[in-house]
Amino acid sequence: MSERKLFAHELEARLDELLLLSLRQRSAAEPAALLEALPRELQERVLHWAGVAAQTSDDLGWLIASLAATQAAGLGAQLDDWARAGLDAYDRSGLAATRKALNEFTDTHKASTLRSQDSVAFGAIEGRLSRFLQALDGRPLRLVSGPKAWTDTETLWLPERLDAATDVAGNRRLYKAIAALLWAQTRFGTFNLDPEPELELWPDRERALAWFAVFEAMRLEACIAVELPGLAQEIAGLRGPWPAELAAAAAKLARPDATVADSLACMAALREIGVLPAPTLPHIGTLDPVAARRVRAARITRELAVVRRALNVIAATDTKAGAAENSDYPPLAAEGELQVPDPQADLLALPPAAREAAKSLLQDLGEIPPEALHPAGPGAWQPVDGVDESIAPGVTTQPDAFYDEWDYRRASWRRGWCHLYEMEARSGDPEWVDEVRTRHAHLIRSIRRRFEALRGEDKPQKRQFDGEEIDLDAQVEARADRKSGAEPSPRLFIHRRRIERSLAVMFMVDMSGSTKGWVNDAERESLVLLCEAIEALGDSYAIYGFSGWTRTHCDIYRVKRFGDRYDAETRQRIAGIEAKDYTRMGVAVRHLSGLLMRQNTRHKLLVTLSDGRPDDYGDEYRGRYGIEDTRRALLEAREKGIRSYCVTIDRHGADYLPQLYGPAHYSVIDDAKKLPQKIAEIYRKLTG
Amino acid sequence: MNTAKPASRAEAHAPSTPLVHLASEPYYHATGDELDVFAAAAKSGLPVMLKGPTGCGKTRFVEHMAWRLKRPLVTVACHDDLTTADLVGRYLIVGDETVWMDGPLTAAVRAGAICYLDEIVEARKDTTVVIHPLTDSRRALPVEKRGEYITAPPDFMLVISYNPGYQSVLKEMKPSTRQRFVALDFDYPEAATEARIVAHEGGVDADTAQRLVKLGGLTRKLKGAGLDEGAGTRLLVHAAQLIASGMAPAIACTAAIARPLADETDTRDALDDLIRAVF
Ligand SMILES: Nc1ncnc2c1ncn2[C@@H]1O[C@H](COP(=O)(O)OP(=O)(O)OP(=O)(O)O)[C@@H](O)[C@H]1O
Ligand SMILES: [Mg+2]
Repeated sequence: MSERKLFAHELEARLDELLLLSLRQRSAAEPAALLEALPRELQERVLHWAGVAAQTSDDLGWLIASLAATQAAGLGAQLDDWARAGLDAYDRSGLAATRKALNEFTDTHKASTLRSQDSVAFGAIEGRLSRFLQALDGRPLRLVSGPKAWTDTETLWLPERLDAATDVAGNRRLYKAIAALLWAQTRFGTFNLDPEPELELWPDRERALAWFAVFEAMRLEACIAVELPGLAQEIAGLRGPWPAELAAAAAKLARPDATVADSLACMAALREIGVLPAPTLPHIGTLDPVAARRVRAARITRELAVVRRALNVIAATDTKAGAAENSDYPPLAAEGELQVPDPQADLLALPPAAREAAKSLLQDLGEIPPEALHPAGPGAWQPVDGVDESIAPGVTTQPDAFYDEWDYRRASWRRGWCHLYEMEARSGDPEWVDEVRTRHAHLIRSIRRRFEALRGEDKPQKRQFDGEEIDLDAQVEARADRKSGAEPSPRLFIHRRRIERSLAVMFMVDMSGSTKGWVNDAERESLVLLCEAIEALGDSYAIYGFSGWTRTHCDIYRVKRFGDRYDAETRQRIAGIEAKDYTRMGVAVRHLSGLLMRQNTRHKLLVTLSDGRPDDYGDEYRGRYGIEDTRRALLEAREKGIRSYCVTIDRHGADYLPQLYGPAHYSVIDDAKKLPQKIAEIYRKLTG
Repeated sequence: MNTAKPASRAEAHAPSTPLVHLASEPYYHATGDELDVFAAAAKSGLPVMLKGPTGCGKTRFVEHMAWRLKRPLVTVACHDDLTTADLVGRYLIVGDETVWMDGPLTAAVRAGAICYLDEIVEARKDTTVVIHPLTDSRRALPVEKRGEYITAPPDFMLVISYNPGYQSVLKEMKPSTRQRFVALDFDYPEAATEARIVAHEGGVDADTAQRLVKLGGLTRKLKGAGLDEGAGTRLLVHAAQLIASGMAPAIACTAAIARPLADETDTRDALDDLIRAVF
């Protein structure tokens, strides 16, 4: 509401009218004077509630108006709740109770705003915490907020906000301590034993779990202290000393060989002597062993299969041929001597995905179970052509191209497998790009400035020892010096500094359904920013979107071809980039690198923008198959001289990306909002 | 070492050629068979390429080998404006005369030294080409401006370094260059070895060194997620040196490790958390 504030005399008149004050020898002058300072919107809310209250009783109306005069400013947006609480109290217990209720409401509100200044929100600490956790050993954990703090061994839930400590730094420490102990649960085997036999003996499951959490916290703190003593100290500082009656248990659980079995033994002992409620400590989260063990069991099955499959492949592989292609990755099939590595002894002998799986198994089980070490019989590959394709929209036109696809299980190509259609991208809202350009004007300016510094201008450097041209100024000066008997400077040349940027860049944009919403917005905004900046550089670039729906409907959307200008139409097509179907990536890489190869530049760069791993309808392209095919496609591109770089908006992307792209050629952005800024930075670094 | 004697003024202006004779043994802790491979390459007159992330001991290794092989060492830090003349040499005008001044590469060839071109990919593409004849069976350096063709003595050896972590496509090394070298892969040493290096170089006790190495390992897991590269041994040594001079470990690590690595707030904060966790 942009209307001007009401002045005191206007407020007084309105209050008079609402409360019929002139009839009752009260004067609205005093509240009106106080209300004058408020913004118009709040003034109107006060008048509104005074009027509503007056309909119940004049006295109530007066009470609301006079109290609001002093309290409304502090209440702000809470005014409505405040007034409602007052009306409720009046209905229940009359006028005196109403005054009390209203004053109390204001007091609690004040206290909570005071406290919330010291509280810390999950959103404010998420980035920092997730990096912190990522650096720690063990399996990567996803970080999300939820009603209570706990972990299922793959995701870590933390409260939306913490305010148990008295200051911001304390609440941050508390977040870190909670997260670290949950991480330690997954790292040091809290779920490696089934606690149900013990838990079942307790009459109160809640209480049993609370004690379990306390004993585990004792044990895990000691585990943490071994490698991260500073962290353990911080946790100890937060909790204070253990109560005297728990000191013995704490000492026992701090022994280096203590396991979760010892925590359960402590519970049994406690049960014998009679059970108290567990101490509530803010840094200890809750435990859900059933959920955690379910996740753990599924993971173990999955990873056993991965390790066993990798061993199968290696068993069928000629190791000598392998080294030639890529030492990081044994080739997928060939015949030769049988040499199955022992993952127990040598994790590095496994391809990266299996290496990660084996590491994770070691974390869960302490060893790779022997059954994984026996390669299953030959021919794990099953034909999966039976995916129901009838649901895909009918095709009437002939595909623009057919592409082979790599099937790692057969270790061979599926010829002409993918049907590719290339079409113009839909035009979107013509005003959208302008809006983005205005919103990011500052950012665009600064990116442009930095990009301009990259442009390989011919910048003559004067007064050099050596160079392509003679520096006339310097020559004249030298002559003059010599004539005057002074010793002339030998720096008599101009050297031209040349950097040619013979570069073509293809942006391949994920238009799969999963990008809907934030990611899609972020992709489009990044493209606008990039275009604005690359225009300043003069690099040749193109933008294509990709999506699809099974192998017979691989779609490529033209947003900007290499020859196209960055004009109104292109901008509209960027605005029109939308979330569609699935992510069959390999074929898109093949098609777009083909287009890139036609560019007559020395360097060629393929940048993919996506939000996760390759995936398509049906099981076929999911998981390893899609990753292997995409990896193949990128290797082919690489052989043709195309460098690829993948920008992924997915905090868990890191686990398969090294396999997909090789260690140096990707980056993970965990927050779509950061994409526009980051991508420009990445581009600058890639081509600078 | 130079054929022409430069006049004093010109000498003051010209880049001097640092032919270093190492008197005492530079400390180097071998992490694999790099000593043997390098010595064998030196014996066979083959050039060597050292690959690896920053601060993992490449420069130190070359210094050590120069001392071992008792050869002088010439080091050139390559940059994007390094010209052929900067390497080979140039005529200077002194008074009314022109005087030839050997560049560091030429000087190294003449002296039978080890010439170490650090971060070769940073150099201009046309510059890199001058080393080609030196790196094949010709083992010679044509000095075009003087019409001279210098055949390298057996003791001359070319060593280049290269950090494959660099992400710029414009800075890839051409296969025709790459394939002339015997390559040695450098990586961060194994924890126990690295701790010994940090303790020795930084002058700290074994416990502090181990914690620093632990911290280094943690930061390396952030590569690609907030950091372009984790802390190299060099940064750990720097932190150790600050600690040895009496600084509190946490402050030393923030100054020597966290701040050089990251600008972004979340990552900086996370690094601070890691430092606090380890100390
Ligand atoms: N194996 C090692 N033995 C002894 N010292 C080492 C070793 N590795 C690293 N260092 C220490 O690390 C420091 C940095 O190493 P160095 O300067 O050789 O790195 P670099 O690999 O040349 O890095 P850059 O690529 O940045 O030039 C050395 O000064 C030394 O203190
Ligand atoms: Mg160096």
